[in-house]
Amino acid sequence: MNTAAAIAFQILQSVFVVLAAPLLVGWVNRCRAWLQNRSAPSVLLPYWTLAKLFHKEPVIARGASPLFRTTPYILFGCMWLAAGIVPVLATGLPFAPAADIIALVGVFALARVFSALAAMDIGTSFGGLGARREMMIGFLAEPAMLMTLFTAAFISGSTQLTTIVDTLGHREFALYPSLAFAAVAFLMVLLAENARIPIDNPATHLELTMIHEAMILEYSARHLALIEWAVAIKLFAYMTIGIALFVPWGIAEGGDWHALPLAIGTLVAKLALAGAGLALIETLLAKLRLLLAPEFLSSAFLLAVLGMLTHFLVQG
Amino acid sequence: MSALHAALSPAGGALALAVLWLAIAVACLIPSRNAAFARRFAFPLGAAAGIGVAFVGLQAVWLPAQTLTLPLGLPDLPFHLRVDALAAFFLMLLGSVSAGVSVYAAGYFREEASGRLALIGCQYHVFLASMAFVLLADDAYLFMLAWETMALSSYFLVITDHKQPSIRSAGFLYLLIAHLGAIAVLLCFGVLHGGRGDYSFDALRAAHLQRGWATVAFLLAFFGFGAKAGILPLHAWLPEAHPAAPSPVSALMSGVMIKTAIYGMVRVIFDLIGSVRWEWGLVVLVIGAGTTLFGVLYALMQHDLKRLLAYHSVENIGIILLGLGMGMVFVGFGHGAAGALGLIAALYHTLNHAVFKGLLFLGAGSILHSSGLRNLNDMGGLIHRMPKTAFYFLIGALAISALPPLNGFVSEWLTFQAALQATILQNGIVRSLLPLFAATLALAGALTAMCFVKVYGVAFLGRAREPAHPSPLPHAGDAGGMERYGMAWLAAGCFLLGLFPSSFLLVLNRVASRLTGHGLSEQALSASGWLWLVPTSAEQASYSPLVFLVMIVAVTLLAFFVVRRVYHGRARFADPWDCGYPEQTSRMQDTADAFGQPIRHVFGPLYRMERTLPGPGEATPRYTLKIEDRHWYWLYLPVARAAEYVSSKIALLQQGRISIYLLYSFITLIALLVFVR
Repeated sequence: MNTAAAIAFQILQSVFVVLAAPLLVGWVNRCRAWLQNRSAPSVLLPYWTLAKLFHKEPVIARGASPLFRTTPYILFGCMWLAAGIVPVLATGLPFAPAADIIALVGVFALARVFSALAAMDIGTSFGGLGARREMMIGFLAEPAMLMTLFTAAFISGSTQLTTIVDTLGHREFALYPSLAFAAVAFLMVLLAENARIPIDNPATHLELTMIHEAMILEYSARHLALIEWAVAIKLFAYMTIGIALFVPWGIAEGGDWHALPLAIGTLVAKLALAGAGLALIETLLAKLRLLLAPEFLSSAFLLAVLGMLTHFLVQG
Repeated sequence: MSALHAALSPAGGALALAVLWLAIAVACLIPSRNAAFARRFAFPLGAAAGIGVAFVGLQAVWLPAQTLTLPLGLPDLPFHLRVDALAAFFLMLLGSVSAGVSVYAAGYFREEASGRLALIGCQYHVFLASMAFVLLADDAYLFMLAWETMALSSYFLVITDHKQPSIRSAGFLYLLIAHLGAIAVLLCFGVLHGGRGDYSFDALRAAHLQRGWATVAFLLAFFGFGAKAGILPLHAWLPEAHPAAPSPVSALMSGVMIKTAIYGMVRVIFDLIGSVRWEWGLVVLVIGAGTTLFGVLYALMQHDLKRLLAYHSVENIGIILLGLGMGMVFVGFGHGAAGALGLIAALYHTLNHAVFKGLLFLGAGSILHSSGLRNLNDMGGLIHRMPKTAFYFLIGALAISALPPLNGFVSEWLTFQAALQATILQNGIVRSLLPLFAATLALAGALTAMCFVKVYGVAFLGRAREPAHPSPLPHAGDAGGMERYGMAWLAAGCFLLGLFPSSFLLVLNRVASRLTGHGLSEQALSASGWLWLVPTSAEQASYSPLVFLVMIVAVTLLAFFVVRRVYHGRARFADPWDCGYPEQTSRMQDTADAFGQPIRHVFGPLYRMERTLPGPGEATPRYTLKIEDRHWYWLYLPVARAAEYVSSKIALLQQGRISIYLLYSFITLIALLVFVR
């Protein structure tokens, strides 16, 4: 495969993720509405919301520092970068070697730190509260995420996501106990990191237990739009990481253009299922008390560690 | 001619520059009424010497080891000097970090009285020179001499403000633990030398120890140097002494001095003992993991900025030990390349920590200097008053939080990669233990990020708080020019080390391969080029911080301009919304202690907490919370009490009458005559 085609595929993948991400959010919202017997909004609603926000004039709090105004762009940049690293449509793309799973977790951490800092910038009580809670979730979720990824890294002998996908995609189909543990842990981390029930509720703000919404209370218009968009890309990236680790079949290996239709088709099918599953989880579960969040996440961490040890004991 | 040749060689060059530091120290003492001498001449010249030392070190990494013998010292016991790759690397660290700190010091001490400044200048440069001699020493005698000079000169720097009793007691604690460590190091050299009367490192290297004695030597070296590095449970002096010292000195102590202890460990374990055992690696890993977690969890509880940074030094020493321990485990099992990776990760983190911790302490110093504040709960909104300091501090905070693409991430990444080599180990238990230490590192990294969000958010962001102890300097401005240059130098280091790790990896690979005889494969390193960091093979792991940064910056800028072009760039300013609450005062912001509340909740049993809650009827309710180090209660205080008890018993011998003492001499003589004969 020549370089130009590879770079074209890379750009295509990044743009695809960024453009498709709000659709996934719209789909999850629609599924949730169905499950909760509400009349469902259009799956395109997130796009209209973004367009509306971009048109508006932002209201910025007096006393905001430059950090406050640059953070939305940095968040968007970080998430776009993550979208470039994760093998969504194809493996072996030119940009993949720039960052492995550890660096990927690093990108999410970078985004988290900036959003927490921006939340504290205005000096309101809600901002600090949200930042504190977000960092609490973060310090528990990040190690759990790393341990999950390390389990996959041990199985495939690599921390490159594209190598992991290639290796896992070619093993004979069997249930690996280590991956089963890792999958459960990953799901729990996904819920926590994306501010979903049972850790946080994306549907409301003005709730004293809010986390993510408390951090972005002061944002409006284009800044809010960028943050919402980044959040959508983050959910998309997490779901595609999960797909890459646990159900990698169907991806275009080595950036093969001919496999692209199949890759898009399988990805859409998997994401539709995953989105419906997420909506189901959010419908069935209630939000945890904030003080129980550490327990939820430390069990995720323990499960991930258990998965890793299982790999050494059973498969190693 | 030969003298000139010697002076141009790395060993001679480093010696000449160290002597230059000594000369500056002496020159500082020349009585001059003019404090400008130290500011305009002594500290800048010291910084220039630092840059020189860094260059000499960088050059010497690539040269074969060089020795020099100085006809000084005791009769028949000349000083041996040697610069090999390991010493050269640490010289580079010492020179480059101290250069930034010295430039900063030139600005920081601008308001000191000339008498005090003369003393500080003298002690400061003696301190620098003694650290250089620690690294240059090639015999135990010179090493101990330099080691003790380092301890004493830093002790005097710590007690610069000796009129405060708390600072005197901090200094005493530091001196005490430093000397306990020094005794262990001395005993370690004694064990290594095995009774042959030759204390040059060559002789120590040549000596073959039995397994038991080698382990004793390892333990003595680990805990002896560990006392200086601040490993658990010998860390207690760090959070006391580092905040007590003037900020540039704190930066040097945290950035460089505790790294000489890492140098000592690596020197003794890998070089002098030579045959590393994997069980030792496990000891280092366990202590390292404990130190890492303990350091960061206590750092999260602090509201004194400099104490907090000191606890983070404890944490980072733990991270270095994790890399070192992994290297020892791999080398002990005979996996040279993986061992080299662990060692490289440890040394890389040593350098990184020196740079970003130096930067953070300098930033804390600038805050202290311009606003007189050290308590985070009194700060707030400093980004508006000190935007430049805020910028440099942000770089340091992101670097220490191990966020890509800055330098702290690179070394933690390498440590993770070392841990992921665990599959090659033969021993199943150790194999599954190594990833657990990686988990500790992951947890510590995320907690560090939380801690620095707290520091930065409380100190620099938000609104200015009403200080409980009003600052003597209410209208603080930004840091002065020299202070900023010093910080900019170290901030540039954070970027350089973070963005071009493969170049530094070549240097470190040279150090590791000279030391252990194994290195990473040169092919993989050179084939990947300077852009890609590939420690083993491209399939296994690669990372390119530069591509990373370019990508984020490009997308960020693209988003910025596209949004402005397609939509608009207008903005309106109003009061904060805050869910519609109309009354907002600066007291409603999170304080440093509030920010740590989730940690107190999750890790409660690890702290010793004393809480007093106000009663329902109190007119002025006060809530107090005191958090103390548990080590004080189970280790330090019992030991102190035992020492006091024993000395009170021994004091019974001291009657204060000459006849009694004569009686003692007489009894001793009789006893000697009876037993020795």
